[in-house]
Amino acid sequence: MVKKGIMTFQTTPSIASTGVTAGPLERKSPFNEQFDKVYEDERSDLTTNEQGHAKMIEDASMIALSKIDATPSDADYLLIGDLVNQMTPSNFCASSLQIPYLGMFAACATSVSSLLMGALLTESNLSTCALAGAGSQHNAIERQFRYPVEYGSQKPKTAQWTATAAGIAVVTPFKAGVPKITKGTVGRVIDLGTTDPLNMGAAMAPAAMDTLQRHLKGHRTKESDYDLIMTGDLGETGFTIFKELATRQELDISSNARDAGEEFYGKDPKFLAGASGAGCSSAVYFSYVYNEMMKGTYNKVLLIATGSLLSPLSYQQGETIPCIAHAVELTMK
Amino acid sequence: MSIFITAFIVGGLISVVGQLLFDVAKLTPAHTLCILVVTGSILDGIGWYEPLIDFAGAGATIPITSFGNSLTHGAMAEAEKHGFVGVLTGMFEVTSSGISAAILFGFIAAVIFKAKGKN
Amino acid sequence: MDDKKYATLEQEISPKPPLFQNIIRAFLTGGMICLVGQFIAVFYMTFFDFTERTASNPTVATMIFIAMLLTGFGQYRKIAQFGGAGAAVPITGFGNAVVSASIEHKSEGYVLGVGGNMFKLAGSVILFGVASAFAVALIKTILVKFGVVSW
Repeated sequence: MVKKGIMTFQTTPSIASTGVTAGPLERKSPFNEQFDKVYEDERSDLTTNEQGHAKMIEDASMIALSKIDATPSDADYLLIGDLVNQMTPSNFCASSLQIPYLGMFAACATSVSSLLMGALLTESNLSTCALAGAGSQHNAIERQFRYPVEYGSQKPKTAQWTATAAGIAVVTPFKAGVPKITKGTVGRVIDLGTTDPLNMGAAMAPAAMDTLQRHLKGHRTKESDYDLIMTGDLGETGFTIFKELATRQELDISSNARDAGEEFYGKDPKFLAGASGAGCSSAVYFSYVYNEMMKGTYNKVLLIATGSLLSPLSYQQGETIPCIAHAVELTMK
Repeated sequence: MSIFITAFIVGGLISVVGQLLFDVAKLTPAHTLCILVVTGSILDGIGWYEPLIDFAGAGATIPITSFGNSLTHGAMAEAEKHGFVGVLTGMFEVTSSGISAAILFGFIAAVIFKAKGKN
Repeated sequence: MDDKKYATLEQEISPKPPLFQNIIRAFLTGGMICLVGQFIAVFYMTFFDFTERTASNPTVATMIFIAMLLTGFGQYRKIAQFGGAGAAVPITGFGNAVVSASIEHKSEGYVLGVGGNMFKLAGSVILFGVASAFAVALIKTILVKFGVVSW
């Protein structure tokens, strides 16, 4: 039977623990209290931004492992990614942790794509402890995709601020008392022809809607079945469009839909449309959402991480922005 | 005294042209600045930029348009003396204090500063 | 949903740039920077041996020096977010483009990083300035030769 990217996990792989690290500016986030470690220095006192980036992912991994009294030698797989060229921060982190490593790239949707990969390895009995997650570091990513950090360019209200954060989840076989990965939907690349890299939310919203519809249809669930449907980093503009698309598809998500990027900096207008970056969804999903599930606030959660798969090269060559969204369903039960 | 007022107004108006190119024509900063530089060069070619400098002082010499103007002015001054060869030699003789200052201060800044992503 | 329909929806929802506010801010910022430039020019004319024409060279250099300090201390970015083209169009914006790229690429060393990248943003302005100056001067020379115009 054709599955078309619709995944159901029979053995319910579980998220045994999580670790989240964030930069100094992220103290302004309302989720600040939930982060495990917040650095005083955005480079965590290392020389380059990229080194700081790698350290942040490494620390998040170590924190997540330490919560289940494990060390890197107990882990089977490291499934991480970031947005820097060839993902060197993840590569250096993997070099230091010495956990068998599969680099994951789905831009800002890597938080969920890596989680799905972890669940698949666990489901097929190939892993007992897989680390999944992603990170981003503001300075390193801005220089990669936009302008030098100190360059003065007027950003529109639709622009988003790349978050400095990393989030890691430890995926293990079934474990009681922690959130379980029950279902997933692998996204398709959706490109509706937008070209403005300072309005990524608008580029990504249709991908998020496509994945939401396919998830609901493929798993025969309703949007009202979820206590929370959280998109990754659509930001204020993208999330408004997402809600409008939902209305047009006659989906009622007004009471349970939220966006991690829009809320990440507490809707502070200084951060324009909100946060973006692979670390944004990872940090919120693996701290706030995870903790609220542990507390019992949410039982059934649908996480739809969104990513725009452009590069500075494709943008300068006049290409459109291809986008993707991956969904994962977590239940506490 | 009036030169201060005209400097403010003319400099402001050239900036407004830039803002319209940003927001209405949806151009990137790089495209906008290139258009302004070329405009400054053409304005000097038809002999309008120098009178503007007389009228507005820094209002005309500080915007990037003056960069096109000064390069063109140098090239034309040589061309007047030596004909076609002068266009080329004029181009090579013209040095802009803007470029040398930017190179020097760019280097100094790299030595003393570090990029910070604070908001 | 096809591309065109989505483009309409997207433009409906995405907030437009506040054009009037942006224009006022660009005018004030650009005007203010030029006013500072005028004060500096007058300073050079009063206290040094510069004329109205020659004062523009040290003025431009001084303005770029100020831009370097503002860029290095993280302030130029804020001025630009407020003033838009008002901060980009004056020569200080050119200075900011060079200085920000230099600081950014310091991590790759002074030769490959700073040297190789300082003009990655400002380089196009130099190219088009030089190319257009060449074209304009050439055309003018031809026109003068044919007696259409005079110097």
